[in-house]
Amino acid sequence: MSAADPAAIAGWEAHPPRMGFFTDTSVCIGCKACEVACKEWNNVPEDGLAWLGLSYDNTGSLGASTWRHVAFIEQPQAGQDHGIRWLMSSDVCKHCTSAACLEVCPTGSLIRTEFGTVVVQQDICNGCGYCVSACPFGVIDRREEDGRVWKCTLCYDRLKDDLTPACAKACPTESIQFGPLLELRTRAEQRVDSLQAQGETGARLYGADPSDGVGGTGAFFLLLDDPEVYGLPPKPASTTRDLPSMWKSAAMAALSLTAGVAAAFLGRRR
Amino acid sequence: MVPDAEVRTYYDRPILKQPVWTWLVPAYFFTGGLAAGSAMLAAGARLTGNRRLARQSRLVALGALGASTALLIKDLGRPGRFYNMFRVLKPTSPMSIGSWALGAFGSAAAAGMASDVLDVLPGLGALADMAAGGIAPAVATYTAVLLADTAVPAWHEARHELPFVFAASAAASAGGVAVALTPPSEAGPARRVLGAGALAELAAVEALHRRLGPELAATYEQGLAGTLGTWSKALTAVGAVTAVAGGRRFRPLAVAGGLATAAGGAVLRFAIFEAGKAAARDPKYVVGPQRREAGVGG
Repeated sequence: MSAADPAAIAGWEAHPPRMGFFTDTSVCIGCKACEVACKEWNNVPEDGLAWLGLSYDNTGSLGASTWRHVAFIEQPQAGQDHGIRWLMSSDVCKHCTSAACLEVCPTGSLIRTEFGTVVVQQDICNGCGYCVSACPFGVIDRREEDGRVWKCTLCYDRLKDDLTPACAKACPTESIQFGPLLELRTRAEQRVDSLQAQGETGARLYGADPSDGVGGTGAFFLLLDDPEVYGLPPKPASTTRDLPSMWKSAAMAALSLTAGVAAAFLGRRR
Repeated sequence: MVPDAEVRTYYDRPILKQPVWTWLVPAYFFTGGLAAGSAMLAAGARLTGNRRLARQSRLVALGALGASTALLIKDLGRPGRFYNMFRVLKPTSPMSIGSWALGAFGSAAAAGMASDVLDVLPGLGALADMAAGGIAPAVATYTAVLLADTAVPAWHEARHELPFVFAASAAASAGGVAVALTPPSEAGPARRVLGAGALAELAAVEALHRRLGPELAATYEQGLAGTLGTWSKALTAVGAVTAVAGGRRFRPLAVAGGLATAAGGAVLRFAIFEAGKAAARDPKYVVGPQRREAGVGG
């Protein structure tokens, strides 16, 4: 099955191949170079310096001013150094094929780029906040001091100049790989097979299946445990897929309301 | 109840973002519903020649609409850019559809009012009133689709019941305010709308709880949402009985009962809003249902 072409669906006639990230968490060393490079390149403001007490994670989660977030999970496990298996994973906006944030945006501020990525046009956003509650991954958020929503742009400016996004460029272990999505998926499947052959039975891809609730993601992951262990939803979906049935229910409710009010006037007259 | 221990999370941190919306949004859900219900009462009253009720209801509709507009603009992160809501008409965005519906609704209601107050173009004025009453059901229910079209499980999983809750609540609230403001002799239709609306509201909320099942319904039954939900039920039930049974004869009972019913509708919108916030706060409400879906769906 070929990958969906969201750029073409959005109306781009001649466009480059869909670009994305493959984050192979099995080789992440938790250095946070991606977090730093992203902040530096995109001029993302500081959003709190605090000790969270969650292993080496003092970032917490993705947000309006955190576009890469490295998660650290410590799992007691016999046979590992110090009896601990340490999982690390750099999270990022998924740039969904069916992107709920983009679909619900009432102003058209959120758009699909020619690279198939999802970007906020900051000169349009009026801060209505609908995308924040629509995102099944809890990625996009509003900057309170600014009033608008912000998230990863997959370095739209760098892509236009044929450059690798800052996080992938800075990653020292190639845990974050950037490229045409189809190539990345092929490479990722081979990597899972090789890990499985080495006995890493928990290795699986997350976001690489075009038939999932968001049509597959433009930024997908190789995980070593269940998604929720990393703070990812196990079965994410864009709820706009249910819009026809939701409008149908609303139409039935609206009709009932009309009928009810009409009956109130046509009933006993005095 | 599903034991929490079965759900694995990342340090119990939320998966979803908290809604950025403040109290202004549930307050708008109430005023928007009140405006819609009142416009329908106004249209019905005009068609049946009940001039007092028509004027009263249209005034309430316009007042509630004005409040709605202010609440909606105030809640934006960039209120100065509210006009971008009319930059595009986007079928995949219930908020876009709703903005246009609200714009059309307001224009029609204002035209009907102008015609009546200035005593000009009565034919067009009546047409405008009918148009406002015709768009009103969409205004009363689109907000339910708006909430349901989010990743918040307490809202999305209630997607088929929320429109009925909102429609019924709009009727009960509008009926309540009209009963409170109109002399009992001319408030008959409003009383019937109040009674039927309140009954439907209580039934729809019950259906919503059943649909969600014990795990997700907890977001509506516990904490602030639960407290508000209980108050809403009590206000709606007691208010409706008071207004319908006693309001026919005694004006004070009509005022008290009508306003209590409307207050029940307002509190209900806040209960629904708080349930969504609770569902977004705790990752178990995201992981649990999705895990079970994954188990069934393969």
